[in-house]
Amino acid sequence: MPSLSRYAGIYAALIRYSLIHEMQFKVNFLLWIVVEALWFGLQLAFMTVLYGHTDQIAGWSRWEVVLLVGCNQFIQQLFHTLFVTNLSNLSELIRKGTLDLLLLQPVNTRFLISVKKFEIGNIINALMGLVVIVYSLAQLGRVPTLAQWLGFAVVCLAGLSVHYSLMFLLACISFWTVRAQGIVWGYYNLFNIARLPAEAFPRGAYRAVFTWVLPMLLVSNVPAKLLAQRLASPWEWLALLGMAVACFVVSELFWRFSLRHYTSASA
Amino acid sequence: MTPVTHNPLPTTPSTHLWSKYGHVLSMGIQNTLVYRTNFLFRAAFGLVPLAATLFLWEAIYADKPAGAAIGAYTLAQMVSYYLLVTVVDSITAVAEDDWQIAADIKDGAVSQFLLKPLDFLAYRLCLYLSGRVIYTSVALIPVAFFLFFQREYLVGPAESLGWVLALLSVLMAGLLQFFIAYTVALLSFWVLDVSTFIFIQFAFEFLASGHLFPLDILPDGLHRLLLWSPYPYLLYFPVGVYLGRMQGFALQLAWVGVAFLIARFVWSRGLRKYTAVGG
Repeated sequence: MPSLSRYAGIYAALIRYSLIHEMQFKVNFLLWIVVEALWFGLQLAFMTVLYGHTDQIAGWSRWEVVLLVGCNQFIQQLFHTLFVTNLSNLSELIRKGTLDLLLLQPVNTRFLISVKKFEIGNIINALMGLVVIVYSLAQLGRVPTLAQWLGFAVVCLAGLSVHYSLMFLLACISFWTVRAQGIVWGYYNLFNIARLPAEAFPRGAYRAVFTWVLPMLLVSNVPAKLLAQRLASPWEWLALLGMAVACFVVSELFWRFSLRHYTSASA
Repeated sequence: MTPVTHNPLPTTPSTHLWSKYGHVLSMGIQNTLVYRTNFLFRAAFGLVPLAATLFLWEAIYADKPAGAAIGAYTLAQMVSYYLLVTVVDSITAVAEDDWQIAADIKDGAVSQFLLKPLDFLAYRLCLYLSGRVIYTSVALIPVAFFLFFQREYLVGPAESLGWVLALLSVLMAGLLQFFIAYTVALLSFWVLDVSTFIFIQFAFEFLASGHLFPLDILPDGLHRLLLWSPYPYLLYFPVGVYLGRMQGFALQLAWVGVAFLIARFVWSRGLRKYTAVGG
């Protein structure tokens, strides 16, 4: 497929450009890694404090929860690497009218908006998540098979896709409201709950919404359960895959609808 | 954003001061009113992780015998703690102030304060106060709604004077919060991008202020060590005053004073580095 290789070429160029840009501010680059590592440490500290007062939360042992926090970090940091900066930027593109320029490029506009900047530093933080995953698996005495690692990669991709589609959907609201930083901030709050064990939530509206509408309680829980070998049934990972597809379709429909409402701000 | 540019009438120094900063206050209120929808979203979204934390604690208590305590907290007291933290936080948290101060320095807007009889710290404090007034009134809607659903858990102040003391403590917490944010933002005089410092500071604040969990469920030594830092006086202490668990305002007052002096000192050192970009 020539178009696929063309897009790969464009993406490679964008990554190269991001790297050059990043290396202009080396100290800042390192400081951002420190910031993300600190917040990761904070999550682990919170869980450590909780497990100082209990042996299990809703059937999850201490190292299983650490594994979950690690999985969540891994997915979230990959999401940061690829998309977060770009999606938070959409409201500015609209406010300043820079979007016009992107709409005129002979490339899919959604692709350009989504991957323009590649945050290489967050890969380091994703690796920290991976280290915690491996360490907690060792503590649990679980050795996943190759097939399970592959399955893990697939459900992580599905989780990544859920985050991407939902945040893209939220960012599209800025086609209507000019100041939309609050929306981005709102998404931070949403994905904060992804690192908690789904079983801790009583069956009710809250758990249903965050499983079947905004599937935050699937994105990190399913990968963690898969590695810890505690998936109750294949329905759990099928649910995540299904929701990933559904979220993407809805976000694409909303994007097309939003574009029709775009009135440029530039001259 | 243009600050007040005219003095209405020759008046006595005190009424003059009042009219000057009174103008700043009302201007701040008008400017932040623009953000009201943003604030509403922010306050409402903020309740999602709060509810999650409460569910998590309920799951932990569910495995223990009824009425059991963790640290010195029963389930109801634990829930109350988080609800009160949310209330204090919506009254005192800095919203955009630190980013705006950093931007004032970066794009040279600070220059006009060197030429006008207007103190930058007092000016920003007025804007912070007006921002807080608007944010608190907007956040009141979703927060009150949430509190209503959790009302069985919400305990009243420990003593009759509790309201007054807690309010006093919240006011001081607000001042402390502002001085800390102001000082971190002033680092813009030296570094290109201050946001990393804002986030690093905030990470420590999030843990040590008691935002994440009440500090006295930590091992005793660590808990007492943290009480010597300024952070507990932002949330943990005012909430503790309300619950009748904390007393003695001396340390809180001392930290407000120290933070003010540091803010002044950093400002004066920063001005020596200032190059007035954009004039």
